Amino acid sequence: MAKVHIPFMQTGALAVGGRLLDEDERSVQAWQDRPSTLTRGHRACQGCAEALAARWVLDTAMEVTGGKLMVANATGCLEVFSTLYPESAWRVPWIHSLFANAASVATGIAATNHAKGRDDIRVIAQGGDGGTADIGMACLSGMFERNDDVLYVCYDNQAYMNTGVQRSGATPPAARTSTTPAVGLSPGNTFGQGKFVPKIAMAHEIPYVATATVADLRDLEAKVRTAMKHRGARYLHILVTCPLGWGTKTAASIKMARLATQCGLFPVFEAEYGDITGVTPIRSRVPVEDYLRPQRRFAHLFGPRGDEAALERIRGQAERNIRQYHLLEEGVLA
Amino acid sequence: MTATVPPVIPAAGVPAPGVPMPGPPGVPPGLSAPAGSSAVYLTGSWRTERPVYRSLLPPCSAACPAGEDIQAWLYEAQESGDGYERAWRRLTAQNPLPAIMGRVCYHPCQSACNRVQLDEMVGINAVERFLGDLAIARGWQFEAPPERTASGKRALVVGSGPAGLSAAYHLRRLGHAVTVREAKDQLGGMLRYGIPQYRLPRDVIDAEVARLAATGVVFEAGSRVEDLAAAAACFDATVVCVGAGVGHHISIPAGSAAKVLDAVALLEETAAGSPPLLGRRVAVYGGGNTAMDAARTAKRLGAEDAVIIYRRTREQMPAHEEEYRDAISEGIRVKWLSTIAEVERGRVVIERMELDGSGHPRPTGVFDEVEADTVVLAIGQDADLDVIAGVPGVDAHDGVISLDAQMMTGRPGIFAAGDAAPGDRTATVAVGQGKLAAFGADAWLRGRVYQAPPRVAEATFDRLNTWYYADAPLQQRPALEAARRTSGFEEVVRGLSEESALFEARRCMSCGNCFECDNCYGLCPDDVIRKLGHGQKYVIDLDYCKGCGICAAECPCGCIEMVPEDR
Repeated sequence: MAKVHIPFMQTGALAVGGRLLDEDERSVQAWQDRPSTLTRGHRACQGCAEALAARWVLDTAMEVTGGKLMVANATGCLEVFSTLYPESAWRVPWIHSLFANAASVATGIAATNHAKGRDDIRVIAQGGDGGTADIGMACLSGMFERNDDVLYVCYDNQAYMNTGVQRSGATPPAARTSTTPAVGLSPGNTFGQGKFVPKIAMAHEIPYVATATVADLRDLEAKVRTAMKHRGARYLHILVTCPLGWGTKTAASIKMARLATQCGLFPVFEAEYGDITGVTPIRSRVPVEDYLRPQRRFAHLFGPRGDEAALERIRGQAERNIRQYHLLEEGVLA
Repeated sequence: MTATVPPVIPAAGVPAPGVPMPGPPGVPPGLSAPAGSSAVYLTGSWRTERPVYRSLLPPCSAACPAGEDIQAWLYEAQESGDGYERAWRRLTAQNPLPAIMGRVCYHPCQSACNRVQLDEMVGINAVERFLGDLAIARGWQFEAPPERTASGKRALVVGSGPAGLSAAYHLRRLGHAVTVREAKDQLGGMLRYGIPQYRLPRDVIDAEVARLAATGVVFEAGSRVEDLAAAAACFDATVVCVGAGVGHHISIPAGSAAKVLDAVALLEETAAGSPPLLGRRVAVYGGGNTAMDAARTAKRLGAEDAVIIYRRTREQMPAHEEEYRDAISEGIRVKWLSTIAEVERGRVVIERMELDGSGHPRPTGVFDEVEADTVVLAIGQDADLDVIAGVPGVDAHDGVISLDAQMMTGRPGIFAAGDAAPGDRTATVAVGQGKLAAFGADAWLRGRVYQAPPRVAEATFDRLNTWYYADAPLQQRPALEAARRTSGFEEVVRGLSEESALFEARRCMSCGNCFECDNCYGLCPDDVIRKLGHGQKYVIDLDYCKGCGICAAECPCGCIEMVPEDR
């Protein structure tokens, strides 16, 4: 997406910063005095991409709002690892809601701010894919429908990782979780179930919907900025690698997200009022196997007793994304 | 371990980490403890591996015969502006002749460049030349070395070719009084008398030699050292850099009217301004760089036809690819698998060769003729070893002076470098050997033995994460139109514009050496890396680092290594 033009300075727009860039060309994450809204000492697992994405999102939002920000956080990994009573890793006003009602709590905060004449204070609700796609779906849909002035951020690690890797509505087909074991005739999560929340959000025709991953910081920051320019309900869906639940190396968290986008299984796009307005094309296409093979949750698809039929369906899914979102066509929608 | 707290931003009414937030009024303690920062948890105890910033040896530097720290000077050049001068100073800390080397070096660094495996090599040599030319244009001088009397020692350098200039420069920097004696009337050795000026203009040699002279090196041109032992006796150390300026001869049956001369003489006389008469058609015998230079020079001296006769095949030809390509583009022809059997007036009889099973050429008994008014022999050069004859302890082996690891001959205090010493015969090797001989001589003068710094691990391509290097093509140096080239001795390859040179410098991937892309800092999920500011790099807070390894995996240049904790 041609949102951020970064000149070639040894590295291009894909690196976090660079000493050769002007200050205003650097990402917030490259600032020496970045807000670090989620700071050290939190107890996320090694290599947790959710912790990373949350800091990126809120640091950018802090910068955009000049620090006038309040955050409601659904129950889930992010809430548990960041706030073990009585300590907190947050350096932003932050409230823990129930699992289901982060969107409603945020709505309430926004309404209160408005009633007090403090529309300058912006509100973000955030949660995992379980709290978003399953448990909090009704509250979220209501927030969208009322067009409440809240940015809802979903950190999608594709299962209930906090409680022991149970399947969620965002778990991909064939993935092994503790509730979809790799046994039986079609091992792993069932094909044809679950949901892609960004599309549900788009169906509400809210001002702004976008997807992002931890593999592209500049893109993610640009989307948070765009989201904060809009008023009303906004939704940002971020793919975050979970080394524990996916069975990947802790060092590979960025790489896995990158492979997810480059194989076509995770489309990166943005939409306004229900229409797609921008797509990040695939830069260097890889087969889906490159993405699946390093993940233990997909191990049963490979090897002598592998599942070629399942792989073929997953390939088809990537093809469909590529067609549907024009992922191989540079600049088609940007 | 002590808990360290990151800087606090004054925002949103939250107490600083570690500062307790008062509980609600009226609620008994225990039900509501004061809130504190997660920074009290030292998550570093989870770690089994720690990330460590390394500075590895990039392949370009590993391949540089002159031992340049290429990545380091490109790093400075990348910053443009004042960075160019810093780059030039980093470069000249190893090699005092960047404008010359930027033209004549065969750049083994570029062949070794990791970027070859991504798109194209970085045009290091062109950037070196840009810096060298800029230094001449701006009049940059070397930092004043210590006084000539600093060490109290005097050194003699015999010969002012690349080895001699390099040895003199480093000896001078190390605080010795240095005198260079050159047999010829002008300084530069093979740079001046062996390399045609369309490749290396004379004012470039003059400028870089003058800069050396300004550091206090005393040059004595037209001063042949006849008696090395006697000359050396007047100095505390001597470095012999007499080069290999004697054309190799073979006997070829030739008629009395046949005109045969050797390439070294052709190039030298041309350089001295009195080129020999060659006639319209010139045959050059040999397949090395000197053969290419001789053929191209012959064209420039008015020969309509220049043909190279070489006994093996193109694959076996020792000339560098660029030299060969340039020669061909100037209309020079090559007779492969041919030897000269006989030279007569106006013609050369050649015998066709064929390769035997092991790739050696063997005669076929089939003969052919090539018209030629002059035959130029370019079949190798020998060192002029007369200078060491009769000096006790100084021996030669295989036509070059025998040396120990300190570049010292069998006679203490006499060192040697360059084409007269063992090793590849290129200007860059000569510069590197000159430096080593200077280091060896300096150590010897101080009663020590020079120890090269330990070699660090090489930054191989597999250590890089090339996702982050945007695709960026090589900036080619503009070459003179081939048709214009052969009409004179104008320089063929032009320098890069500043814009191109800067772009090229920025194509460097800084293999194995941090260039502050901020990836480690920005991609740490645990916020444990601190950025210290421009040029200061980063520090990892090991009290909190969980050792996930993302920083190492996502470091573009591979300068972070995960090291097991033993505890």
